[in-house]
Amino acid sequence: MRFLLYVFKRIAYIVPILLGLLTLTFFISRVIPADPVALIAGGSASPEQIQELKRQYGFDKPLYQQFAIYVGGLAKGDLGISLYSRRPVMKDLADRFPATAELSMFALLISILFAVPIGVACALKRNSKLDHLMRGVTIAGLAIVGFWLGIMFQLLFSYKLGIFTLGRRISVPVPETVTGFYLIDSLLTLNGRAFFNSLWHLCLPGITLAVPAFATLVRFTRSGLLDVINREYILYETSMGIPRWLIIYKYALRNALIPVVTQIGLLIGYLLAGAVVIESVFDWPGLGIYAVESMLMSDYKAILGVTLIAGFICTVSNIVVDIVITFVDPRKLEQ
Amino acid sequence: MTTFILIMKKFMGDRLAITGLAIIVCLILTAFLAPYIATHPRDVFAVHPAERLQGPNARHVFGTDDMGRDIFSRVVFGSRISLLISIVAIGVALLIGVPIGLITGYYGNRVSELLMRISDIFLAVPQIILALALAAALGPSIQNVILALSFTYWPWFTRTVHAETRSLKNSIFIEATEALGIGAWRTIVFHVLPNVSSSIIVRASLGMGYTILTASVLGFLGVGAQPPAPEWGVTIANSRRFLPDAWWYATFPGLAIFMVVMGFNMFGDGLRDILDPRIRRAKR
Repeated sequence: MRFLLYVFKRIAYIVPILLGLLTLTFFISRVIPADPVALIAGGSASPEQIQELKRQYGFDKPLYQQFAIYVGGLAKGDLGISLYSRRPVMKDLADRFPATAELSMFALLISILFAVPIGVACALKRNSKLDHLMRGVTIAGLAIVGFWLGIMFQLLFSYKLGIFTLGRRISVPVPETVTGFYLIDSLLTLNGRAFFNSLWHLCLPGITLAVPAFATLVRFTRSGLLDVINREYILYETSMGIPRWLIIYKYALRNALIPVVTQIGLLIGYLLAGAVVIESVFDWPGLGIYAVESMLMSDYKAILGVTLIAGFICTVSNIVVDIVITFVDPRKLEQ
Repeated sequence: MTTFILIMKKFMGDRLAITGLAIIVCLILTAFLAPYIATHPRDVFAVHPAERLQGPNARHVFGTDDMGRDIFSRVVFGSRISLLISIVAIGVALLIGVPIGLITGYYGNRVSELLMRISDIFLAVPQIILALALAAALGPSIQNVILALSFTYWPWFTRTVHAETRSLKNSIFIEATEALGIGAWRTIVFHVLPNVSSSIIVRASLGMGYTILTASVLGFLGVGAQPPAPEWGVTIANSRRFLPDAWWYATFPGLAIFMVVMGFNMFGDGLRDILDPRIRRAKR
């Protein structure tokens, strides 16, 4: 019961946070010195035409009224019309979301798959060669700026070695759209060619995006396990004659991975932020490129939409992690 | 004083922290002595069509860019921009974030609650997205990058300081200062602040690295520093039209960002290990 109450409280928390974020972004994006209407109208528009456009887009109303109209639309799932693409922002976001989600999920998946075992190995063989090497890798991984790493990967793997083809998500016909995730769609439609081709395209941007996530997870797995392994209950189990691997796998790892799960939740936000940059480098047609384009064009409805969806994803993933952790470790309820 | 000596001793024994410090000192020296270190200090903005896109050679150790400018000199001068952005942005964020953290941590009232919720809103999206929106709205310039980064980084200080202050509030020595009739402000400034200062220093060091990284991203995406400024992110963005042939054009500014950010991270991490015994146990 207390757990359910906690879950409910956490979920209810999303609304004020997103409303706050919306207010913040609305006023940030409206301090724009450039006149958004002049942008749509182009240089040759007459003052009457500009006035007409202002009325059409609602810019003639006071700021608070514009905000109220926006929030009212949002409640109905309407994010307004993009000034630049002239399409509903909701549709733009929905079209581009799968590309970003596929890229981020791929990056998250490979970083977990590699980081957790390596982190465990580092903790078990502390101060070994592997441990020292990984310490260097994690320090470097957190200091590398994504766009530069992406360019270096392109130089090495695409131009020099010719292993990966560059540009966009796929270079064979796009698989039939079911979810918008090319990997999943090509699997569902049993399209092997599209599957391997899109996987191939995913590799370089995915790995680039995964590097900081990998570094973070190796770190937290290692320190988490080291923290647990020196506890007394582990000593007790060792003295009971339980095999080492069983202790690690069954008793130590479960406790050790709690901070790692927290990090995974936080990483979803970081991956999203990373995607903004990586997509520009790899010409990946997702939310990131859309965000940058709309910001450069002062397309404030698109900016609001992007920020809102980013805030929503981050908040929800944090809440999910909180709930999962409280479920795994009920002591957290006391705090 | 003895604590200080002890910390210094530990610090000198920590290879990571020392390396980080050495890199930071190098960065500061490079920024201040840029005109003396750069091999072509007068060529940072000058155009030399005859020397465009030369690979690294004896005259131009990092090669030249599409305008024939010496990349090494531009990287050296770029350190000034990165250092300026990170110092001012983190300084402003600190001045906003730390007092709010102290006050909200010390007084657990409604106003504190409201301020903490506001900082939660900032932390609900990755900093770079807010900074990008703000920098783009204000117009691309170095001043606006500083403004955008400080305005989006302060909640990190608030959160760190708030948590520490709250746990200090329950400690016996703070209770004692209250019992002695020392006023709240005096307690906060002279008794709480010194005890949270180590966390602030660690947070500031990591924040400096992160800010340099973010500023270069803003420059790269075109909403930060503008050409012909020798900012590292901008240089890499310019280089993309000349890849893959002019590999040196993108490589060296990126290495500069990498080294500097690594320096701040190593320094911050090392310091945290030394100052926070709880983490030290786990890391060893």
